[in-house]
Amino acid sequence: MANSYYDPADLRKFGNITEWSEELGNKFFEYYGKVFEEGALSAREKSLIALAVAHVVKCPYCIDAYTKDGLQRGITKEEMMEAVHAGAAIESGATLVHGVQMMNKYEKLSM
Amino acid sequence: MTQSILRDIKKAAKKSLKAREDELANTQKQLEVLNGELFSSGELPYFKDKIAKSGQFPLKPKTLEVLQINVGYMCNQVCAHCHVDAGPDRKEIMTRETMEQCLEVIRNTGAHTLDLTGGAPEMNPDFRWFVEEASKAGIKDFIVRSNLTIILANKKYHDLPEFFKKHNVHVVSSMPHYTRGKTDKQRGDGVFDKSIKALQMLNEVGYGKPDSDLRLDLVYNPSGAFLPADQTAMERDFKKALKEDFDIDFHNLFAITNLPISRFLDYLIASDNYEDYMYSLVEAYNPTAVENVMCTNTISVSWDGWLYDCDFNQMLDLKVASKVKHIKDYNDDVLNNREIVISQHCYGCTAGAGSSCQGTVA
Repeated sequence: MANSYYDPADLRKFGNITEWSEELGNKFFEYYGKVFEEGALSAREKSLIALAVAHVVKCPYCIDAYTKDGLQRGITKEEMMEAVHAGAAIESGATLVHGVQMMNKYEKLSM
Repeated sequence: MTQSILRDIKKAAKKSLKAREDELANTQKQLEVLNGELFSSGELPYFKDKIAKSGQFPLKPKTLEVLQINVGYMCNQVCAHCHVDAGPDRKEIMTRETMEQCLEVIRNTGAHTLDLTGGAPEMNPDFRWFVEEASKAGIKDFIVRSNLTIILANKKYHDLPEFFKKHNVHVVSSMPHYTRGKTDKQRGDGVFDKSIKALQMLNEVGYGKPDSDLRLDLVYNPSGAFLPADQTAMERDFKKALKEDFDIDFHNLFAITNLPISRFLDYLIASDNYEDYMYSLVEAYNPTAVENVMCTNTISVSWDGWLYDCDFNQMLDLKVASKVKHIKDYNDDVLNNREIVISQHCYGCTAGAGSSCQGTVA
């Protein structure tokens, strides 16, 4: 067994998930491929969204994949970092907005 | 650790592998890497077996369309990714005698495209004479691959845009990115600003303008261990950025994949990216790209007159598998019967939408 939970080489084997459930695996990859095609949003814009989400869900495979994807698309490092900040801001905002709940509860319990 | 290795590469990259006496300057050594354990162990399939699966082995030439002549490995730049291992320290340049032999072939060939490359072809002292003579042969598309900075490298090159225009040369130029940082990282400090200035000079004489017959195309190579994205999308981004920021016009963008040979191979190995890069190439294998791969319609001629299936085979010293091996003995019919020489670097031309000196092929 690997002595680490994450092995970079496993990313190449992502497609293997279809081996244990062909129908669901294929449906997923078909959907995934479709999502990232050019559409109302460009494939370039979607790559940056994916990069931001990859950081928020803290998926090392996705971070590797979408950093490389961004490089391939000619996305600059400044654009990539801004996307990561957009993700981080939403994530921290999501934490902080719960502060209102804390405040509400505090007020309710206090005399 | 990788960062320090990359710094070392950058420092060393002021000279060619040959001048550094690096073991990868030896083409045998490069072929050993390309035939190495990654493929011999069966982990990845040999290119030969891959194309055999889709019934495309052996690769045979179709009608000759492009005669590509490398007039020498001397260059004013030492780009980190260069598959030619070109640089100021390379002294191999084509003599006028070999150029005469090439002209004889150019006058009689059925090829519609003549493609001059290097190094910086303009640095060959007989370059202008050769262009003048070759332009009389009535070839439909006469390409010179110019690195742009040469136009500004010395006063004697400043009139190149006018010279190209006079001989109706189709200029194809390297431009790795529309931002300064990425361009300079790959090609050297100051290259971006000089390239921009050179493109503006070409625009001034009429090159690259939307309705102009003076063709100006750009070549994009990824500056790192990744493949180029969709050529159309890249062209759209380049056009927008170069127009908005520098008022530059050009016609088409060719996205070319870096092949794992010479200095790019050296970079891949030193940065520990070789295995991943080969996986990327093999995973992106596209049988449709094999159909139109450039070695099927091109002959590449080296500075000393030897014949190759492509410029990459030239740099690996894999000569054509034919009785005719030299420009002095050139014969279309004999050459057309050859089988194309392949190795694992060929995956670079068959990945994704494919890659050739004219951009994507599938």
